Amino acid sequence: MIQYLPILILLLIAVGIAVGQIALSNFLGPKKPTPEKNAPYECGIIPAEDARKGVWVRFYLIGMLFILFDMETVFLYPWAVIYRRLGMFGLMEMAVFLAILLIGYVYAWKKGALTWD
Amino acid sequence: MEAVVEYMTGGGIIPFILGAVLRIAVVLLFLLLFCVPFLIWMERRVMALMQARVGPNRVGPFGLLQPIADGIKLFFKEDITPTGVDKVVYYAAPIVVLIPAIVTFSVIPFGSIFPHQGTAIAPGVNVGLLFAFAMMSLSVYGVVLAGWASNNKYSLLGSLRSSAQMISYELTLGLSVIGVLMLAGSLNLMEIVRVQQLPILPGTADTWLQHFKNWFVFKQPIGFALYLIASMAETARIPFDLPEAEGELVAGFHTEYSSMKFATFFMAEYAFVVAHSALMTVLFFGGWSGPLLPGIFWFLLKVFSIIFFFMWVRSTLPRFRYDQLMNFGWKILLPIALVNVFVTGILISLLNPQTP
Repeated sequence: MIQYLPILILLLIAVGIAVGQIALSNFLGPKKPTPEKNAPYECGIIPAEDARKGVWVRFYLIGMLFILFDMETVFLYPWAVIYRRLGMFGLMEMAVFLAILLIGYVYAWKKGALTWD
Repeated sequence: MEAVVEYMTGGGIIPFILGAVLRIAVVLLFLLLFCVPFLIWMERRVMALMQARVGPNRVGPFGLLQPIADGIKLFFKEDITPTGVDKVVYYAAPIVVLIPAIVTFSVIPFGSIFPHQGTAIAPGVNVGLLFAFAMMSLSVYGVVLAGWASNNKYSLLGSLRSSAQMISYELTLGLSVIGVLMLAGSLNLMEIVRVQQLPILPGTADTWLQHFKNWFVFKQPIGFALYLIASMAETARIPFDLPEAEGELVAGFHTEYSSMKFATFFMAEYAFVVAHSALMTVLFFGGWSGPLLPGIFWFLLKVFSIIFFFMWVRSTLPRFRYDQLMNFGWKILLPIALVNVFVTGILISLLNPQTP
């Protein structure tokens, strides 16, 4: 695990930089708040209602499809790394795996899940 | 690899940590104090050149100090916190975006001052590429949090669009490199560069021209094209800059951000542009391989050439429409990426080239 130690050091420094520069500008800048200045920007008119009103369901659909395909990608990584040692067997195994996935992909396409309207 | 070997062969843990700290210092100083300001200046000057304007040319020689002056100004700007924001999340969002942008560089190898040699902050991490992609995808959290916390309709819409776009193109990004992994047989980025520096056939002359022919861009041209397009979408640059479509969404997810919080988002964006260009250099263009001159020279030449190409595209193409963007990602790029993986597999099995 020793090879991961530099990443930990870099992570701590990155946290320091990110937090530090925002804290510093918060400390250095002037503070003259007025109600108009602090209003959320809505093209100059008074904000009508609460901004957080829920999300169009299609975004959830994209999220679910993403998880499916991203897991598939992660499964492909170890396969790709040792592909040369697996030979023809590896290719066939992955062909079966991808074929099953392809059926799901075609189904999602036919159902219109991939079409954005 | 050398660092781990050095530790294993009795170099001890103290030299290992000191070496890592030294590399971290060099990378961070170069990235944050040179690369990001220089890229902002370069982007403005290149776009000005292409649009027959002058661009910033007053502050310092050729206007080089303009981004520094802007940065100092942003430190002294009022830090406005709008009413109704979720304060903790509102302040955390830019931090959550910047940290992965910096940590990504821990596994990306860069050339050293000697020819044909390079190193990384953490060279021994054997899941290097996976780690880099994992870090890069973490930035989507910051975007979602920023949009949700801002209590602004434009921010929320911008962050939703942005996150949907980023996760859609991340699939293509992940699949486009699998061909390279099959050819290289490793996830360690140092090892991927080393494979590209091998002569094509054992016994042929070990000249630089042989290395050049071995670059993965020639073996994986479709993979490279997919990576290039997907990385433009990931970093939300024109023609994929819908999250910041000024005409429709004001400034997208960072509409309500001011002063250094705003600058933090921009630093992260440019850091990701550098990270993607560096990864492309490592995966497809042989990293630091090049004749005679130090490795770092060739590495930076390739990285900045790719960034220049990004800027060129930005001043050439118009913006996508959102439905076109999503359909392009899901219905065109994703099938091509899958077919590319499969065709590469068949070709490797048929040709059965020497295992490196």
